[in-house]
Amino acid sequence: MSVLFERNPRNAVTIGLLVILALIPLYAALTGNTFAMTLFTRVLILAMAAVSLNLIMGYGGMVSFGHAAYLGLGGYAVGILAKEGVGSGFIQWPVAIAVSALFALIVGALSLRTRGVYFIMITLAFAQMVYYVAIGLDRYGGDDGLTIYKRSQFGGLIDLNNKTLFYYLCFALLLASIYLVSRLVNSRFGLAIQGARSNERRMRAIGFPVFRYKLVCFVIAGALCGLAGALLANHTNFISPAMMFWTRSGDLMVMVVLGGLATPFGPLVGTVTYLLLEEALSRVTEYPGLFLGPTLLLVAIYLHGGIAGLLERRAP
Amino acid sequence: MLYFIEQLLNGVQLGMLLFLLAAGLTLIFGIMDLVNLAHGSLYMLGAYFAATFAALTGSFVLGAILALTATFVSGVALEVIAIRPLYGRSHLDQVLGTFGLLLFFNELVRLVWGPAGMTLSLPSAMLTAVQIIPGVYYPAYRLVIIAATLAVAALLYILVMRTRLGMLIRAGASNREMVGALGVNIKLLYTLVFGLGAALAGFAGLMQAPILTVQIGMGENILILAFVVIIIGGIGSIRGAFVAAIIVGLIDTLGRAFLPDLLRAMINTNAALTLAPALSSMSIYMLMAGILVFRPEGLFPAASK
Amino acid sequence: MTEPLLQIERLTKRFGGVIASDAITLDIPRGEFHAIIGPNGAGKTTLIGLLAGEIAAQNGAIRFDGGDITALSADRRSHLGLARSFQITSLFRDFTALDNVALAVQAHCGHSFRFWNDARRDDSLRAPAQAALDRVGLGGRAAMRVDRLSHGEQRQLEIAMALATRPRLLLLDEPMAGMGPDESARMVAMLRELKSSITILLIEHDMETVFALADRITVLVYGRIIASGDPAAIRADAAVREAYLGEQEPTRG
Repeated sequence: MSVLFERNPRNAVTIGLLVILALIPLYAALTGNTFAMTLFTRVLILAMAAVSLNLIMGYGGMVSFGHAAYLGLGGYAVGILAKEGVGSGFIQWPVAIAVSALFALIVGALSLRTRGVYFIMITLAFAQMVYYVAIGLDRYGGDDGLTIYKRSQFGGLIDLNNKTLFYYLCFALLLASIYLVSRLVNSRFGLAIQGARSNERRMRAIGFPVFRYKLVCFVIAGALCGLAGALLANHTNFISPAMMFWTRSGDLMVMVVLGGLATPFGPLVGTVTYLLLEEALSRVTEYPGLFLGPTLLLVAIYLHGGIAGLLERRAP
Repeated sequence: MLYFIEQLLNGVQLGMLLFLLAAGLTLIFGIMDLVNLAHGSLYMLGAYFAATFAALTGSFVLGAILALTATFVSGVALEVIAIRPLYGRSHLDQVLGTFGLLLFFNELVRLVWGPAGMTLSLPSAMLTAVQIIPGVYYPAYRLVIIAATLAVAALLYILVMRTRLGMLIRAGASNREMVGALGVNIKLLYTLVFGLGAALAGFAGLMQAPILTVQIGMGENILILAFVVIIIGGIGSIRGAFVAAIIVGLIDTLGRAFLPDLLRAMINTNAALTLAPALSSMSIYMLMAGILVFRPEGLFPAASK
Repeated sequence: MTEPLLQIERLTKRFGGVIASDAITLDIPRGEFHAIIGPNGAGKTTLIGLLAGEIAAQNGAIRFDGGDITALSADRRSHLGLARSFQITSLFRDFTALDNVALAVQAHCGHSFRFWNDARRDDSLRAPAQAALDRVGLGGRAAMRVDRLSHGEQRQLEIAMALATRPRLLLLDEPMAGMGPDESARMVAMLRELKSSITILLIEHDMETVFALADRITVLVYGRIIASGDPAAIRADAAVREAYLGEQEPTRG
């Protein structure tokens, strides 16, 4: 984290962004622009999801195309428990994390034995499976989704219905995630993960049982994203299978890549950029995809070939 | 029993459509090492073109021919303009780039054809149910889909095994660099293969248009199934795609048709009632997971470099 | 104690129709410096791959220090005391030289499920890593990113990483490939120094080095051992002369 205190343009942008984000509720209160609060709360939550994806994709080289599944699992944990009468956040949120971690464990155990494009497609398929399961859950809204009437309760500790409090909670959790991930990636575990991304063959030759470390990393990322899902469900007071449709996973990948893979604040920068761009385009034109699509293509071709090239593991 | 046969045939028919999509995907991946998320968009274009041209010409067949041509041309144009820069790039770059194309095409279709989707009506001859075995009736058009796809599969087989282009395709699938080194016009080969994949996808799209759907985003759902098919079948293998497509088509269709009742009969609780439809849609993913445990490279992996 | 450190028994590997290793049988006693020579395509690198655990043999067995390791994975073998260097440099290119070696040290320092402390400030990892770098003569380049090191330095780094795992058997695959005369001389000096403390299996094309350092030499042609013995015997062997020594391979550039 001390790297943040060096003077350079990237840090200036990051710090500036953090300051702006911290002041959003103030701005909203002063101008009455509640939409800004809503939008930026969403930014914070998705940034947290992006941080978790960056852990496995940016640092670990595991290009998971099914990460939105954890947003859905976390959200559905909250929604299902709420519908069944369990409104306490002290139960809902740990369940959200646990369910996501368990799913990540299963998917990871099956998928991490594959590599390259197989891995991408398999994670995609498993996430889509969860999507279809959610559609089949008639009791919990099926295709239409489910409204959550009461946000997670924390018994007087904090009232999530207070939008400002909720915003700062999300902000705090985001910063905590960024900090935790940055400690993780520089620890022994993190270096093992990064080594596996850099040259898995070499890792095995020097004695690392690579699979178990990648799996644990995968589970940690899933769990963190599950927490983001719980936040998202609270934010929108709504859950639906659309949360985990595979194009949402694509959105998350874009956010991570845009901001810069394997950087601590990259996911936040990428999420802000992508969501604001989406928002701006939809105000300017009735067909935002016409511009967003080619923009993504150009980003893929020009902006970061070098970094993603390092990501791609060569088959020995 | 009749219901079972009907569902069996539906499964085969779905398998045929999946094969058309998967064959193109697996060819493009096997030869150009390209992950193409916009493949579903070409499927969608095939359907929209068919609906438009059929309405314009008043003939389904004519509309289909024009749609197929238009999709092929679109595929070639797409390859030249947007796909070429992605060759040789990391799969992540390709995923992002083609994801952008997918978003673009969905919006483009919405711009040109509107958000509502279209319908494509069949000539009355095709609507009749045909008796295939005494007492069993099945819609003629669905039989046409199965027959047409089998014909395409046969043509593909001849193309890949018996022509010069096919030989280059097979060579390229097992050793990309070598083919280039032999002085073959790689650019043209890639463009042709991409165009072929586009045509296959468009053909699938237009064939299913009268009975299933013509709407924005229709490619997304079936694309995932096509991915599952090529994972199970083995990336780069058309034969694998064929076998896997039939298996996936059958399991998905039969699973959806029979599993819920089966489950409810076995476990008579509220939970089973809730979960049954969800579980039946999981069936092909369970299959995929099962296969991955024993054969991570799929059933018929093509030799890769 | 008289049991050889490495026992290779009828080790066989086929790639499709090609027999890369044909029933190879060889014993390497403790402390020996054993060289494997042979023309290109003889299966030397395949043999290293089989010994290191990267490739699975179709037939035969490998015994290390009395125990059967044939079914063990590469990382398990590393923990038993086998280390290898790669013929084509295989390093962590986006990390520094010190990071590279420290990872090798880390692999042998218990498990890596430590999530909090900065591993780059962990002296129990960094100190041995620096020592290994010093030993191969790269001490001053510790902070350099691998992709900025010269080819010769990268080859030295390969050795440093192998040494950092404190192996009992070193499998070296053409460590001097692509090195200039000065670097080669340095490498030879280092190998000579190692000779007394570690058992070494070396693949090399540079005949001067091989004959100067090796206690015994095995000649591999088309996957089969055609001769095995002390340097003088090999030099005199007619079959070897005919198959290989007559046309000496130029050192790889």
